Amino acid sequence: MKADRRSSIWLNAALASLQSVGARYGLGLAIIIAWQIAAAQAGSVFFPTPLEIVVRSGELWFSGPPSHFFLSEGVFKDVLPSLMRLLGGWALAVVVGGSLGVLVGRSRVVSDIIDPALQFLRAIPGPALIPIFIILLGTEATMRVSLIAFGSVWPILLNTIEGVRTVDPVQIDTARSFQLPFMARMRRIVLPAAMPKIMAGMRVSLSLSVILMVVSELVASTNGIGYRILNAQMMLLLTDMWCGMLLLALLGYGLNATFLQVERRVLAWHRGARQRDDA
Amino acid sequence: MSLPGTAARANAMTPEWRNRMLTVRGLRHAYSADRLAIAELGFQVNSGEFVAIVGPSGCGKTTLLKLLAGLLKPSAGSIYLQDRIVSAVPEGLAMVFQEYNRSLLPWLRVRANVELPLRYQAINAPERNARVARSLQAVGLAAFERLYPWQLSGGMQQRVAIARALAYQPKILLMDEPFASVDAQTRADLEDVVAKVRMQFGITILLVTHDIDEAVYLADRVIVLSSSPSRIVAQIPVEMPHPRDQITTRASDNFVAIRSEVAKLIRRPAEEATL
Repeated sequence: MKADRRSSIWLNAALASLQSVGARYGLGLAIIIAWQIAAAQAGSVFFPTPLEIVVRSGELWFSGPPSHFFLSEGVFKDVLPSLMRLLGGWALAVVVGGSLGVLVGRSRVVSDIIDPALQFLRAIPGPALIPIFIILLGTEATMRVSLIAFGSVWPILLNTIEGVRTVDPVQIDTARSFQLPFMARMRRIVLPAAMPKIMAGMRVSLSLSVILMVVSELVASTNGIGYRILNAQMMLLLTDMWCGMLLLALLGYGLNATFLQVERRVLAWHRGARQRDDA
Repeated sequence: MSLPGTAARANAMTPEWRNRMLTVRGLRHAYSADRLAIAELGFQVNSGEFVAIVGPSGCGKTTLLKLLAGLLKPSAGSIYLQDRIVSAVPEGLAMVFQEYNRSLLPWLRVRANVELPLRYQAINAPERNARVARSLQAVGLAAFERLYPWQLSGGMQQRVAIARALAYQPKILLMDEPFASVDAQTRADLEDVVAKVRMQFGITILLVTHDIDEAVYLADRVIVLSSSPSRIVAQIPVEMPHPRDQITTRASDNFVAIRSEVAKLIRRPAEEATL
């Protein structure tokens, strides 16, 4: 009797979790199945089936020797360089956007001087700068990293400005009355207080970085995921082209998920305090 | 006999200065030409004294505290902390704000909140830890040091703010309506916490409040302000022994008499205005 009830509770829990998984991933699964059937029916060289794409991806990236963790040459030649440039550009955007944002947000004078210039620069689409960046910085990693940084700095910069401007004046007064030196007020009060907004900006700019990484690799490049996709298309290796797109999707998803995990930890206090305020 | 090379220093040698913690002379503050907040204030707080400033709402009490803390520059007049003129945020002064939930830092745990100001003073780690532990103990929060402020009730949060001020070991503690945002029972508890730590740590306190009962219950002297632009209406000594008690002190004839005297003084300008 007791065992019965326990197993039915277990069953209910299993069903409920199955249901929630179904609600979350059901549509995606249905689309993939429909795609598989439709692509198999059509038999077009332009639209390989998802299964073919996955199998080919395995060959492309996971056919290496055990000493390289089964990663194939393509990972080291294309995927890792892409990832390094992406993270390098994004990190540069975080550093520049964050520090410039604090300056502009906390100083009336700096804000008045450079705000118009920032608004003007912000209006330039990043990819439009590729020609001039190639002239100035060549076609090596420097150019691509700079482009990623330039294109993805804006959400961080604007959110930091907004974040540090709206720090509670009582917190600043408290810090001043306890004689916290200027740098300590910035590091201990202003930055943490603005962190929820800064991190929201960092997340948006991370997805921008992925886009800019690809764009930067479509021009005058010799490696990278974007280069691989373009190259595969030109050599009519259409399954390979799809593999690159799949990889980009997974990369974007993975980066975003990782960032969310970090954000949850760093901003645990913020969620807690907000829930308290709502209650 | 003035000290050479320190024009900003009052004469420290005379006996009348030795016992003085805070001296305010001819203080005036206008936010703009037509917004005069403080007309003219002059008063002193002696070392170890507990002074309460009461006045009607909007009488410029918060402006006064900001001036005393060096967070605002007065339009005229001077403020001395001991024998030093206050021109920027002075050393040895701690503030407890009304808005505890805005003055405590939500990203730091209780302990770190109390410790933060000490990190920027010349205090070594063992001494710092001892001070943090002692002041949290004094406000009855030793068991809560690992929590975040927002996990505590309003009254407990204000205790954290008081502990932070105590750990700093200020010469003078300024309190801006510290109990205005909590319920009546918590307010009584907090009043007694302040009365207790004041005896225990022997600090000088200047409390600004609109609550007459609270001012009379806690203070050695009550300064009554007029409505804005503020002036001093009267200074009334509260001659009742410490420690005081919420029930017996508040029921005593002395308390009731002082209380109604202060109440009349606060009401008077308003009545005159309506005549």
